[in-house]
Amino acid sequence: MCPIIAGAILLLCAWQLITSGFRLLPLPYFPSPAGVWQSLINDRSVLLESTWSSLKLLLSGYALGVAIALVTGVCIGWYPVARYWGMPLLKIVGPIPATAWVPLAMILLSPSYSAVGLVALAVWFPVTMLTISGIANTRASYLDVARTLGASQSYLIFRVAIPAALPNIFIGLFMGLGTSFLTLIVAETVGVKSGLGWYVGWAQGWAEYGKVYAALVIMAAFFSSIMTILFKVRDRVLVWQKGTIKW
Amino acid sequence: MVAPVHALAEGSSLAVLDVSKHFPAQDEASGPTHALDNVSLSVAPGELVSLVGPSGCGKSTLLRLIAGLDKPDAGKLQVGSETINAPSAERGLVFQDPNLFPWLTVRRNIEAGLVARGVLHEKRGEADEFMRLVGLETFARAYPHHLSGGMAQRVALARALINHPKVLLLDEPLGALDAFTRMRMQDEVLRLWEARGTTMLLVTHDIDEAIYMSDRIVIMTPRPGRIEHTIAIELERPRQRDSAAFLRFRSEILQMLHFTGRAPA
Repeated sequence: MCPIIAGAILLLCAWQLITSGFRLLPLPYFPSPAGVWQSLINDRSVLLESTWSSLKLLLSGYALGVAIALVTGVCIGWYPVARYWGMPLLKIVGPIPATAWVPLAMILLSPSYSAVGLVALAVWFPVTMLTISGIANTRASYLDVARTLGASQSYLIFRVAIPAALPNIFIGLFMGLGTSFLTLIVAETVGVKSGLGWYVGWAQGWAEYGKVYAALVIMAAFFSSIMTILFKVRDRVLVWQKGTIKW
Repeated sequence: MVAPVHALAEGSSLAVLDVSKHFPAQDEASGPTHALDNVSLSVAPGELVSLVGPSGCGKSTLLRLIAGLDKPDAGKLQVGSETINAPSAERGLVFQDPNLFPWLTVRRNIEAGLVARGVLHEKRGEADEFMRLVGLETFARAYPHHLSGGMAQRVALARALINHPKVLLLDEPLGALDAFTRMRMQDEVLRLWEARGTTMLLVTHDIDEAIYMSDRIVIMTPRPGRIEHTIAIELERPRQRDSAAFLRFRSEILQMLHFTGRAPA
């Protein structure tokens, strides 16, 4: 058996012993693995619904944020005028954590839309920044070669600068994914009446800590699967870098 | 002069007329750099001319001007009867670093010029032809990081040649290769040149390479960059690198560059 799997089983056993075996930790805050499993089974339909709801908000917010970030990033990275006006704005507005906009977003939009908007904002900043640096650092000689091959402006942007920026853009996509998880859970905790973030708060309100842990287990599986999918996409898109990337 | 026999005659004449180019000062202390000072050069269609000279003599600057990547401060550059004022697919450029697009396969790199000009559909077959020409058919789907230096430079040559340039500018294209690969590649470039009749302008640090390949060698001196001498190499091809005539040209050029070890006359 793989040592890592054995380790995991050992950890679960230890947890079981500490909680329901020796009762070393106070209930109801620290249920046993069996108790968490029970909650997972009992509440599966609500959990499934919550996961689905979170997935919808996350994906629409992420897609929206990335789409806007690519446009702003390419414009600011390529056109000096866009850089002159866009960069200061970006430097001032960008670093504000997306979650700080929660009160404003709740006033302006319905809860679901505000969650989508906040996730989009959270993704937008890192992806824009990394796209800008990728585009602006395109090797000048690639552009020179392309020009002597008869390239138009659109060829230079779409077939030289953007591919050259892709490794950077992916770093932004990963950073954005992390912040988008955080933002989604916060938005669901304070406003949206569905999703895993909401579920955790709701279960806690009823002191059903088994359900809280069940939701955390789902989140771990949910977020790490999305992360894995993004890694797969990166390996696919950056196949030309194979052997040169190490993360 | 030994007239080269070309299978095709794609080359065009090239004229550099009283061209000057300087770059602004890097800092307060130094003045502007006079990269080129009143340089004139004319190259016949299908001719292979080498530019030789120490660093800073403006060889690469001249190539960039001809490519249209930079503009001269004074003077004029012409291909045929057209004035050069922007880069064009008519003037291909190959650098010392092959500068292959790492995100494209070998085949897509070679096709890049066709895509850039929007003629990929009509001319897809030419990509095969050029991959055969440089002997890289089996590497069509490989990415550039899998290629050796010599292979990568062959792809870069094919990528530049697929546009059928009237002038091919070579900026030390073989400079980063080991001595043996380098000699093989010299023959390869000559073969392509003979097959297409492209006018070629070759910047090199290697005097032997210049004598082996060129119809004419232009010797430049730095600060300000100027053309000092022009030597016609009237030897039959393929040339013998160890023949007496070859070695005579070699010592003549070394003398002009003051590298013989004797005090300059």
